[in-house]
Formats: sequence, C-alpha cells, structure tokens
Amino acid sequence: MNESTAMKGREAGEMSSAAPSEATLLPPVDIYEDAAGITIKADLPGVSRERLTIQVDKDTLTIEGEAAIEMPEGMQALYADLRSTRFRRSFTLSPELAADRITAQVKDGVLTLQVPKRAEARPRKIEISVG
Amino acid sequence: MFGYLSSFENDLFGQLERMRREMDALFSGPPGPMGIRSVTSGTYPAINVGAASDRVDVYLFAAGVDPRSLDISLQQHLLSIAGERPAEAPAEAQFYRRERFAGDFRRVISLPEDVDPDRVEARYRDGVLHITVARREEVKPRQIQVE
Repeated sequence: MNESTAMKGREAGEMSSAAPSEATLLPPVDIYEDAAGITIKADLPGVSRERLTIQVDKDTLTIEGEAAIEMPEGMQALYADLRSTRFRRSFTLSPELAADRITAQVKDGVLTLQVPKRAEARPRKIEISVG
Repeated sequence: MFGYLSSFENDLFGQLERMRREMDALFSGPPGPMGIRSVTSGTYPAINVGAASDRVDVYLFAAGVDPRSLDISLQQHLLSIAGERPAEAPAEAQFYRRERFAGDFRRVISLPEDVDPDRVEARYRDGVLHITVARREEVKPRQIQVE
C-alpha cells in the first residue's frame, strides 16, 4: 500500500477535535530539512490511509490517526505497551514553507510528509526614506 | 503568532503527560522485581498481548519494517521476534528530530504456558504484526453439570 495525496490548506474551525478526555499517543517523528524542504516521518502503526487525517489550519499542521486492530471477541489484555489506538501530533509551520503544497504518503504504518519551500522567496530591495 | 520561532517543544499536554508519568513512578513506591525480559517503556516495537479462551493474540507495533526480514520463533511458550528497521534519509539531510528507532531490535515475551507452538499464524498489515497462537484444547473452560 503506497498512496499519494495532495492536500489543500483549510480554514479554521473544521478540525475534528477529539474529546480531551480520550488518551492520545504522541507518535515518534523524524524531521529533517534539505534543499527542497522539510520532511516529516511519523510512526503510526495500524493506521491505514482511510483512518488518517492531516490538516493545515493557518500555520499549524496536525496529524491525527486511529489504529484499526482486529481483536477476537472475549479477548482480555494480558500485557499492553500501547494503551490507546489514537495518535495525534501537531507542528507549527514557518512562513517560507508552502503549506498548500504538502504531500503525504503512507506505507506500512509510516507517514511521510513533504513540506516544500516557497519558490517565490525573491530578494527585494528596501528603500530607506530620509526625512 | 511567533510560534514558529520557538526552537523548543512547547507542547503543554505532552509536558503534563510526562509529569503524570514521573509522578506515577514516584508514588508507586520502590520498584518491585521486574520481568527478566522486560524492556524500558517506549522501546521499539511496542507489544500488546491479548488472550481469549481458545487463542492468544500478539500485536507488534512495528511500523516501517519489511515483514520478510522478521525472524519470529516460538519455543514452547516463549515468543521471540527479531528484525531490523533501516535508517533512511538523504545524505544531505539536516535532522531536527530523530525520535524514530533505527537498527536491530529483538523482543522476547512469555505467553501463557498452554499455547500450541504448532498452530501459529502471523500477518503484517499497516505496520502491525499480528501473531495468533492457538491454545490447547484441554485448558479451555468446560461446563460442569451438577447432577
């Protein structure tokens, strides 16, 4: 499974906010930068493409996902490292990044986000007015 | 509005969560004996184990692993899973965060003693390795009739 999706920036107010009482896990991430932009990789085991939400609200990028774990009926937990199936983490983007051109890819529970840099960051001459 | 200028984590809820964990550790008293094969919390990959009357299910949260590279073995009731997750990043990349595990891993867990090592199934999907081990017939709960 290796899907690519382009994303559009969205207006504020339509973020699906989970009930604050529900425990969420903070997925571990790698963040690195190269000439093209910033890459974010996050471990979201059990989260398929359909159960993953990536949103940009102004300068905040939020990743949210719910792991689907098939469990037989009558199962009792013997041991659990993970106590929740809900992942959530958000990041603040900086203005030179093109939030409207972020691309996302999910493979084997690893989300890769590419945040490109804006091309139109042209140098501009600043006039000083004396007076 | 200057959020992007801060170079440090300022996630309040993350900090509260960490504080809660530290408080829990503080008030749970002196540590008792720990499992001989136990690992530090947060070790990759996380494992959950569930048991039903006829089977034991093991979930290994191993995102980004090639399932063919996994070495899974069950010796009596001792399940061991070994594998490797390679580090992958372009050479010129400058890292800000490196929280994801890279390298070799191995986890060994002790399952209930009545599991049948001959009836094991393993599937890997969306980064979760799900191993199902059947339990032996004789230990299933049996209804006893009163005469």
